[in-house]
Amino acid sequence: MKGVLLGATGGIGRALARRMAARGDRLFLLGRDEASLERSARDLEAHGATKPVGTARCDLLDPSSFAPALDRAEAMLGTLDTVVVSAGSFGTQDELERDADLRQRMLTANFTGTIGFCEIARPRLLATPGGTLCVFSSVAGDRARRQVALYGAAKAGLSYYLAGLDARYRREGLRTVCVKPGFVRTAMTAGLRPPPFAAEPDTVARDVLRAIDAGRPVLYTPAIWRLVLLAIRLLPRAAMRRLEF
Amino acid sequence: MPIASAEADLRASPDPGLRSDLTPLTGWGRAAPVPARFVLGEDLEALTREAVLTRGLGRAYGDAAMPPRAGATVAGSRFADRILALDEERGILRAEAGASLARVSALLLTRRLAIPVVPGTGFVTLGGMVAADVHGKNQHVAGSIGDHVRAVRLRLADGQIVDARRPEQEPLLRATLGGMGLTGHILEVELRLDRIPSPWIVEERETCGDLESLLAALVRDGATWPFTVSWADALARGRSLGRGIVTRGRWARPDEAPAADPPQGLHVALPFDLPSWALQPLSGRAFNRLYLTAAAVGASRRIVSPAAFFHPLDALGDWNRVYGRRGFTQYQCVVPREAGTGPVVRLFEELHRRRVPSYLSVVKDFGRNGSGLLSFPRPGITVTLDVPLAGEETQQAIDALNRITIAAGGRVYLAKDLLTRPEHFRALEPRLDAFQEARRRFDPERRIGSALSVRLFGDGA
Repeated sequence: MKGVLLGATGGIGRALARRMAARGDRLFLLGRDEASLERSARDLEAHGATKPVGTARCDLLDPSSFAPALDRAEAMLGTLDTVVVSAGSFGTQDELERDADLRQRMLTANFTGTIGFCEIARPRLLATPGGTLCVFSSVAGDRARRQVALYGAAKAGLSYYLAGLDARYRREGLRTVCVKPGFVRTAMTAGLRPPPFAAEPDTVARDVLRAIDAGRPVLYTPAIWRLVLLAIRLLPRAAMRRLEF
Repeated sequence: MPIASAEADLRASPDPGLRSDLTPLTGWGRAAPVPARFVLGEDLEALTREAVLTRGLGRAYGDAAMPPRAGATVAGSRFADRILALDEERGILRAEAGASLARVSALLLTRRLAIPVVPGTGFVTLGGMVAADVHGKNQHVAGSIGDHVRAVRLRLADGQIVDARRPEQEPLLRATLGGMGLTGHILEVELRLDRIPSPWIVEERETCGDLESLLAALVRDGATWPFTVSWADALARGRSLGRGIVTRGRWARPDEAPAADPPQGLHVALPFDLPSWALQPLSGRAFNRLYLTAAAVGASRRIVSPAAFFHPLDALGDWNRVYGRRGFTQYQCVVPREAGTGPVVRLFEELHRRRVPSYLSVVKDFGRNGSGLLSFPRPGITVTLDVPLAGEETQQAIDALNRITIAAGGRVYLAKDLLTRPEHFRALEPRLDAFQEARRRFDPERRIGSALSVRLFGDGA
C-alpha cells in the first residue's frame, strides 16, 4: 500500500502509521511541523516502512499548502492509492466558548480545512480505481450533546460530507472511510476524565487499518460506540439537555 | 496494549467534559496523591520548558516521580515515544525518552535485537530506566542499564539542551544515571543493543528449601546462566526461612525455539480495587504454598516468551490495585557480599516479628557496581519486599529494615523507596555529598525537584 498520511506525527495517526509501517507499506507524511515530520519518518522507517519515508509541510489552516504537499507525495510515490486524514483540532466546550481564536481554528481545521484538503485529494485518488480516502471524524458528530456542541458541530458536518462522497463516488471506484472514534487516550484528551470504553490509540489504529483494507464506509471504534450512539440518537431532546457527557 | 499508569483513574475534575488543571499523582504504590499541573504531549522539548520534573509511566513505587509540592508542573513523557534511529548492523538505538520498554522490545525482537538490561516490568520508559539506572535478572554479568547508555539528551535546569555523551560529558552522564531525574529532563536516550539468537527464552526453575541453598543456587547458576532470579516465601520461618524458587534463563538457540515469534501478549487489567481483606496473611500463605507446589510439580525446563520471563506481572495490568485503597510500598535494599547472609535473615525475621504481611519477595545476587554517581547496584545480595501501607506501623517497619541495611553497609533503591528517613539515607549513602555537588553544578538553584528530593536531599518544598 502507498499511504499519504496527514496527521501521523501524533495520536491515533502515529499508531496507525506504525501498523502500516510494520507491514512494509510505502508512506508519505504531511503535517505542520517539519522537524516533527522528520522524526516521525525515522520512527516509521525503524518500524519497517519502505525507505525512505517522505515528508512535506501541509497545514489544515492553510489551503495553499494542500496541492503542493500532494504534488510532492505523488512525485515520490507515483499514483496515490490511500490518503488518511487524522489531523484535526480539539478543545473542550468550555475552552472553545472562552477562546474565540481556538474556536475559529477548530472549526476551520476540522470542517473547511479538512474538506478543502479532501477535495484536492479526490481527483488524484479517482485517477486510479480502488483509491481510499480515510478521514477521522468523531462519535461527537452523531448527536449534539452538551459537552461537545461546537466540536460536534464541525465533526457532524465532516461526517455528512464523507457520507456524500461515498454516495457520489463509491461507484466510480473511490472508497471513503469515515472513522468515528470514541474517547481515546492520546495527548489530545490528556487531562480529561476518561469515560467508560476509553481506548488505547493502538487498539483504534488496528480497527482503522482493517476498515481501510475492507473499504468500510463508516467505522465506530471501539465497536461498542456504535451501540452507544444508537441509543443516544434515540433519546428525546429533553434527555439530551440533561445528559452529562 | 494497555499501559497501566498510576494517575489514570485519579482525575481531579468531577465533570467529564472539563479539562482539569490539577491531576493527583502518586507512585505505583498509590500512596498519598499530590496534585500537580501534569502536562502531557508529544513534544517533550516544549513540555519540559516550564516543568520541575519529568514523569514517565509512573512505575516508580514511591515518590520519585511525584511533584515536590502541590501545584508544581510535571511533564509527562509517555507520548514522546518515537524511535529516532535504529542501526541494526551496529546494534544502536536512539529514541525519545517516553518510549516504553514493552513497545520498543516488541519491535526489537522482530529484528533479533534486545535492550541489554530490562527491569521486572515492561511498562517503564527509556528515560525512567536511565534515571533509576535500572537492573534486571542479568545484573551479575551485564550490570545496569547505565552500562549500556551511549548518550542522553537532556534539558538542564537553566533551559539549555545538551547531548551528554562519553567522554566529554562524563560528569553529567554519571550524575544522570541513577540520578532520579534530578540533573535535568531526559529527552532522548541512546543505547547499545544485544543481538539475540531467537525471540524466545529457555527457562528453568528449581525449588530450594532454605535461604542458604537459595543463595548458593543463585551464585552457582550465575556462573553459567545470563539471567537468574529467585522468589522467596517471605512468610516462611525457622528452618524453611528463605525457601523459594530459583529461576534461570537464557536466550533460546534457533533450533530450540518455536518457528514463529511470540504473540504480542494479551493484557488483562484489574478495573477495581480489591478490598483490603483480600490479601490477609492467610491468603498470602495459601498463595505461597500454591506457588511452591506448582514449581515442584511443573516441568523444570520450558521455552517462554521474553514478556512472560521478564515481566510476568505485566499480564495483570493494574496489579497494584490488589493492595486496595491504602496502597503499598516496596522495600528493596542490597547488602554487600562481605556481610554474608546474616542481614538477609535479619530482614525476614524483622518482618515476621512485626507481622508485616509481605508475600512477594525477590532475592537476587548483584555482581557489579552501577556506573552512576548514585546507582543502586553494588556486588552483593538484593532483597525486595512488598509492604502494604498501614500507617505508623509501616514507617516503623521500614525504619527497622533500614537499620539492618545500614549496619550491613548496604543501600536502598530510590525507585522503590517511599518511607526512608533523611537521617537514615545519609547513613546509607556515603555518596550523597558527591551527588549533591553534581546537582549544585548542574542545577545551582534546585529548580528541578521531586517529592523524593524534598524528603531525602534537603530541597525546599
